[in-house]
Amino acid sequence: MRVSFEVNGEQVTADDVWAGESLLYVLRERLGLPGSKNACEQGECGSCTVYLDCVTACSCMVAAGQAEGRSVRTVEGLAEGGAAGADPALAHVQEAFVAAGAVQCGFCTPGLLVQTDDLIEQTVGRGGGVPEDAEIREHLAGNLCRCTGYEKIIDAVRTAAERTLAERSEVAR
Amino acid sequence: MDFLSPSTWEEALAVKSAHPDAVPIMGGTDVMVELNFDKHRPPALIDLTRVPELTRWAPEGDGVLMGAGLSYTRIIGELAGHAPALAQASRSVASPQIRNRGSVGGNLGGASPSGEAHPPLLATDAVIELASVRGTRRVPAREFYLGLRHTARAEDELIAAVLLPRPAGPQYFAKIGTRNAMVIAVASFAIALDAATRTVGTGVGSCAPTPIRAVEAEEFIAGELDWDGGSPLAPGAVTRFGELVASVARPIDDVRGSADYRKHALSVMARRTLAWAVTDHRKGIEQCA
Repeated sequence: MRVSFEVNGEQVTADDVWAGESLLYVLRERLGLPGSKNACEQGECGSCTVYLDCVTACSCMVAAGQAEGRSVRTVEGLAEGGAAGADPALAHVQEAFVAAGAVQCGFCTPGLLVQTDDLIEQTVGRGGGVPEDAEIREHLAGNLCRCTGYEKIIDAVRTAAERTLAERSEVAR
Repeated sequence: MDFLSPSTWEEALAVKSAHPDAVPIMGGTDVMVELNFDKHRPPALIDLTRVPELTRWAPEGDGVLMGAGLSYTRIIGELAGHAPALAQASRSVASPQIRNRGSVGGNLGGASPSGEAHPPLLATDAVIELASVRGTRRVPAREFYLGLRHTARAEDELIAAVLLPRPAGPQYFAKIGTRNAMVIAVASFAIALDAATRTVGTGVGSCAPTPIRAVEAEEFIAGELDWDGGSPLAPGAVTRFGELVASVARPIDDVRGSADYRKHALSVMARRTLAWAVTDHRKGIEQCA
């Protein structure tokens, strides 16, 4: 079957999609967007996290046909300019992960970036403060890092939230 | 394999009637695992995410009629006051990403004994609405679970909604697992006090082939509670309640826990949740006095 939807602001179409195929497979294998990682294929690890109509989901558990006509945002779309941009500026979340050294093997990073972006949107983005550690841990509970580098990841999330808050305060002033 | 995508409820019922062996898919958190691992290849999927009624809820009588596809995230955000035990259970489901997609309808469709929604639905005497082209009927949760992954739903029926009665007393849910997140319950328990009818409801998960009630424990503790006076329960009564709850369990030994551990955990959760509920009930009486 044919599936058409929006990815990172662009309209895309995939052909010959099998009815039981996941959105993750379509993104990686048919649309050339390998940022979302394929690891557990059962919603346990969070490495394939994307936004589906502004709500985060494990793309391995979304049937491709369910994305028809919907809007998807992947890790490639976090940086300004998105996937199609030649030299996109990194988003605060991405910069913070680099600065904090929150990346070891890197396989879990794309999912963590998307889920962190969502946390910041739901806290700082809605006029709230920098999330407490407990809130960060809860929001990222479905994202596994097999290198177990969680301390640096939490540092990075806090840093990203602080930078976003500072920037929004600046704009408000 | 076909991908069927009805956009109205009537169309969905017609599609299910024409393809009774097609598998309905909402959040996909169970269905896609089966497909990804090629454990099961149904002739067709029926995507229900485009049927608006399934993700709505509205007051009905004293309670709330909740569309079967309402996500756990929305239950937590919108129905915590209407269905406290169900909202607590929803908070314990997997991870935020899964809660954004998973729904009570999926729990009921799969009918795994470990599904988080089952104990609260049993304890609060919720009612499940089933529909087909033949018509709509309502089945109490207490009569819905018939056997291992076998329910009162007929082949051509879809799970439409769940009627959540208005709480008439404190409700609690508890669950045992190796960590807070991403855990399939080793054992779970829900309790609901109904001060209006002076009854207590219970629900037990992961401890038998189906979710079950502990009826003897319910009747025993309802008789022990000082519903009007709010005096504390005798310690012996709390212990006995735990024993009676554990006595209905028919658990198995598996990788998540032994049968003995499950029974022990169940009695502890029963005592704890009872203590929380009774404390709330007594506070309520003090405030009224």
